[in-house]
Amino acid sequence: MRTLPRPLRWLMTGGLAVGLGWSAALPADTPETITLGYLGMERPDDREPLSVLAPVLDDEGVQGARLGINDNNATARFLDQEFVLHEAEVSQGGDVGEALENLIDQGADWIVSDLPAEGLLEVMAHPALGDRVVFNSRAPDDELRGESCHPKLYHTTPSRRMLADALAQFLGYKQWDRWGLVHGNTEEDRILAETLKAAAERYGHRVVEERMWPHDPMARRAEGGFHAIQREIPVFVQDLPEHDVLVIADETDYFGEYFPYQTSAPRPVVGTQGLIATPWHRAHESWGAVQLQRRFEKLADRWMTPRDFGAWLAVRSLGEAAARTGSVAPDAVLDYMLGEEFELAGYLGLPVSYRTWNHQLRQPILVTGPRMVASVSPQEGYLHPRTPLDSLGADEGESPCRF
Amino acid sequence: MPFLSQLTTPAGRPASLGLALGILLMLPLAAQAERIFVSNEKDNTVSVIDGDTLEVVETIGVGRRPRSMAFSSDGSELFVAVGDDEAIDMIDLETLQVVRSQSSGDDPEVIRVDPNRPYLYVSNEDDNIVSVLDYEARTRVTEIPVGVEPEGLGISPDGRWLVSTTETSNMAHIIDTEAMEAVHHRLVGARPRHAEFTHDGREAWVSSEIAGMVTILDMEETFDVKHTIRFDVPGVPRETVQAVGVVLTSDGRYAFVALGPSNRVAVIDQQSYEVLDYLLVGQRVWHLALNDDESRLYTTNGVSGDVSVIEVDGLRAIKSIPVGRFPWGVIVEP
Repeated sequence: MRTLPRPLRWLMTGGLAVGLGWSAALPADTPETITLGYLGMERPDDREPLSVLAPVLDDEGVQGARLGINDNNATARFLDQEFVLHEAEVSQGGDVGEALENLIDQGADWIVSDLPAEGLLEVMAHPALGDRVVFNSRAPDDELRGESCHPKLYHTTPSRRMLADALAQFLGYKQWDRWGLVHGNTEEDRILAETLKAAAERYGHRVVEERMWPHDPMARRAEGGFHAIQREIPVFVQDLPEHDVLVIADETDYFGEYFPYQTSAPRPVVGTQGLIATPWHRAHESWGAVQLQRRFEKLADRWMTPRDFGAWLAVRSLGEAAARTGSVAPDAVLDYMLGEEFELAGYLGLPVSYRTWNHQLRQPILVTGPRMVASVSPQEGYLHPRTPLDSLGADEGESPCRF
Repeated sequence: MPFLSQLTTPAGRPASLGLALGILLMLPLAAQAERIFVSNEKDNTVSVIDGDTLEVVETIGVGRRPRSMAFSSDGSELFVAVGDDEAIDMIDLETLQVVRSQSSGDDPEVIRVDPNRPYLYVSNEDDNIVSVLDYEARTRVTEIPVGVEPEGLGISPDGRWLVSTTETSNMAHIIDTEAMEAVHHRLVGARPRHAEFTHDGREAWVSSEIAGMVTILDMEETFDVKHTIRFDVPGVPRETVQAVGVVLTSDGRYAFVALGPSNRVAVIDQQSYEVLDYLLVGQRVWHLALNDDESRLYTTNGVSGDVSVIEVDGLRAIKSIPVGRFPWGVIVEP
């Protein structure tokens, strides 16, 4: 990791309102404004795509927020409202607090955070934040929804546990109950492995054995890489006890792709590679998702990622609540967002809404291969007294979050 | 009655007319069976069901991703929006062949025909516009900007008003068809899918898929929301109750609303707005159509790939008819 502190880089955007060319009579008054601050972090130098040829994305997340602003304003202009976005990107090792202060100086009343957990906790503890609400559109850590939860913190991206539950339900539907588990050597992968094991237990699966794949950052696939992989992987997994699926926990996407088709026994690969559980995917086309994918591609010239989707959901949540209440007052908007009436169309077949006990957005989770969505969880038959969506993630009563 | 005009058109009928249809046309009026047309979204076909035998008698190949359908005002053609071909296929109702196709702009989903002019209104989901096409002159008349992802379209019986619903803006845009512009904008439930006028033109009923409700707009004076209807199907998760297709009987008695993946059709009293019953049909019920004398209701069931037939008198489902993959729209020849 680079240690030289680079200066904060600022990307400002205001007035992203789309010029749709309305010929209809528009409200003549000055619109009431909701100002959002988007807080992102520069990609670490050791995080690059597996393939040296794959495009390196440096605008993940922020493009989703921009599209959300456009979508909101398309409705808001009929309602005498306006959404404005200010953006800040913190460099690696940069000062998160300074970036936050700067956004607030520009008038940001709401914050969308595309920060990892550590940076997000810094934001939540920063005195400048005041009463402002923060949407976590990126960090999957269950701790942020549990012990470290905060009444002003909302999560539009699913927790690790929600993703693990979504996968475990699908594997339950398939009756693929014996799991071999391979995880990476990062802290995130260790936590994910624990989360997967807990999901396995919850849904009646059995982890027959777990193994750690040691890897070095940036030891990427080089020319002719398959020669080594083709020999290494079968050896690595050949003496695993009998299993139905091989579950991979590799959040940084360093090594998981080595496993499909290379195992010694013919077993599907699932988890973070192969068949994955994710809030959003480019293969998702149902329930009008094609329209969102197309709008996004027109704006960003690339596919929408889960981080883009999380930021879009955060901005759209505010848009929906402000439109329904006819107010931009934070209290009115928040009351509505947490109420029974709040239902956001997230292109996932079912309306999404916030859990009152930890402010996690309840949402269907895609279970998908590289080019085709295999299923969407919750799976039929996993019942819940409130809504089947609450079978994914920490339920009321079991969540350690106390506001 | 367009039905009569079809029978009394003597000349110009192609000699290659299908035998069955030829015989049909020679029979007296009462003996001609109604035909029900069903668009199959994933098969690129339109199924033709005989209203007497309730069996599929013909399958018409059309463009890619057929969804909404409408008849031309003279009843001679059926228009089918074929979304992935960005066109409207036009089917000759005598030969049951696609005879021409008109470019429609991006991703046409829902279409409606103007009762007074040879105009076709098309919602273009990706462009945030409603396109107006002249289907006789084969020209594009104009484009009307609306909110994000226009979907549902409803036209008043006199052709004066067009209601366009936008799925992401969650609005009903009320379009003056003389000025060809949206003059009122009203918030409705999340993801509005369909708009239908009452036969007296006084109300427009707008269904919302995600909110699972129907919003009723006053179309006489205020154009405001005058009532909302919510649905509660016992024993069915609330999220699966999603309102989509709407039809209203001409006598002002019933409204029927398709409730998507809850596999139910709601029966509503059009006057009191009270939900009277929920009828179990096939899986993911999407759109609805009444036959000419309103004795039967047809529903498309996308996931089970069939059409349910409901007897309006008694409100009973009497048959399900297998059609193509993902049946979307249904329309009965008048």
